Amino acid sequence: MTPESEFHQRDRDIHPPAYTPVYKTSVLRSPRIPLWSLQNSLSEVTGPTFTREELGPLDNDLILNYAKDGKPIGEQTIVHGHVLDGNGRPVRNTLVEVWQANAGGRYRHRNDTYIAPIDPNFGGCGRMLTDDNGYYFFRTVKPGAYPFRNRVNSWRPAHIHFSVFGSGFAQRLITQMYFEGDPLIPHDSIIATIPDKSAADRLTARLDLNGSLPLECLAYRFDIVLRGSRQTLFENKLHGN
Amino acid sequence: MTDKLGYLKETTSQTAGPYVHIGLIPQQAGFDIFETNFGNVAVGPKTAGQRIRIEGRVFDGTETPVRDVLIETWQANAAGRYNHPADTQDKPLDPDFRGWARAGSDFKTGIYTIDTIKPGIVRGRRGRPMAPHINFWIAARGINIGLNTRMYFADEGEANAVDPVLNLIELDTRRKTLLAEPVTRDGIAVYRFDIRLQGENETVFFDI
Repeated sequence: MTPESEFHQRDRDIHPPAYTPVYKTSVLRSPRIPLWSLQNSLSEVTGPTFTREELGPLDNDLILNYAKDGKPIGEQTIVHGHVLDGNGRPVRNTLVEVWQANAGGRYRHRNDTYIAPIDPNFGGCGRMLTDDNGYYFFRTVKPGAYPFRNRVNSWRPAHIHFSVFGSGFAQRLITQMYFEGDPLIPHDSIIATIPDKSAADRLTARLDLNGSLPLECLAYRFDIVLRGSRQTLFENKLHGN
Repeated sequence: MTDKLGYLKETTSQTAGPYVHIGLIPQQAGFDIFETNFGNVAVGPKTAGQRIRIEGRVFDGTETPVRDVLIETWQANAAGRYNHPADTQDKPLDPDFRGWARAGSDFKTGIYTIDTIKPGIVRGRRGRPMAPHINFWIAARGINIGLNTRMYFADEGEANAVDPVLNLIELDTRRKTLLAEPVTRDGIAVYRFDIRLQGENETVFFDI
């Protein structure tokens, strides 16, 4: 991003609205008053930066980064892709953080009481910085489906949570990645909050046989798009008077 | 993914869910995994500026504290400059201040705290000065897309009076939801900033 360029307006039609009764928790946690629209200032076009020195060598390897006396149980899986902005340019050196349940759908979290067992060799979180091409990759076990209290028999499809920073705080994004072909996808209340079917489809990672390691690890491909920015064509409005 | 003009559509937001701590604050989820953890202390021993603590709670539409909320803050340094290449203001950078913090609210009380410094005035659009403020981003179970707001300092009356963002908000009662009042505790200024997601005194949220 060139200095002080502004981000394109967020297209709210491809995001879930705040109030989505199909997902019950949103009812009391959604503002009733419309958002106040702000033109970008330095506060929005800047954001935190992170360095490789802050990350450990196994931070993007969920198979090994919590292994105690063996490897975790489950389908060994690589997830990889690019982080791009809306103009198709790579988002470089940006922090990508992921978290997920284990192969049985159980989270390593003090508040998770699902009857499926904890895997002693699986933590369930990882993080990485994209490279100069905006590329990221991590290795994990494929998470299992997971029941949650929405309706009495609501199940989440297998999913991995993603958090991405981008270059400015206005690009900050948390989302979830699903797996191609999962039959729970059309039944999920959280995917159902998304008004646009094609937007929901873009959250589904595709099986990537070319990316897999023979006799070792399957692969899925998931690209992430953050908001693009407008180059300053005429006068620099953020800067000048 | 591309439209006719060649732009890519932004990836759709989804809720962070109740277990956001696993990925972003694993120690709060109950385990140790990373050597370096990102947390709620934005200051180092050499950071310049007045130490402050921000604390508060986030309330839902029934006035119940949200006890699984994630809060991130982004702010300028004491001189009013962001630690980011896009900030080219002629002001000193502080090598000991990234400007960012992340906090999870307490699972029992719902209280979050952030230790930081009071930011300086930043140049806003068309050169207008923005009063000292801290940008907030809020994610949680039940929140489908992260909520943006700003915290201003109630003891910065003069700067607040000319702040271009506060002045956009016509209703005085709404503007007040962004002002944090200071109290002094153990010799440090504590700013109380409660956020109300819905209903009476609903906090102003921004589409940035």
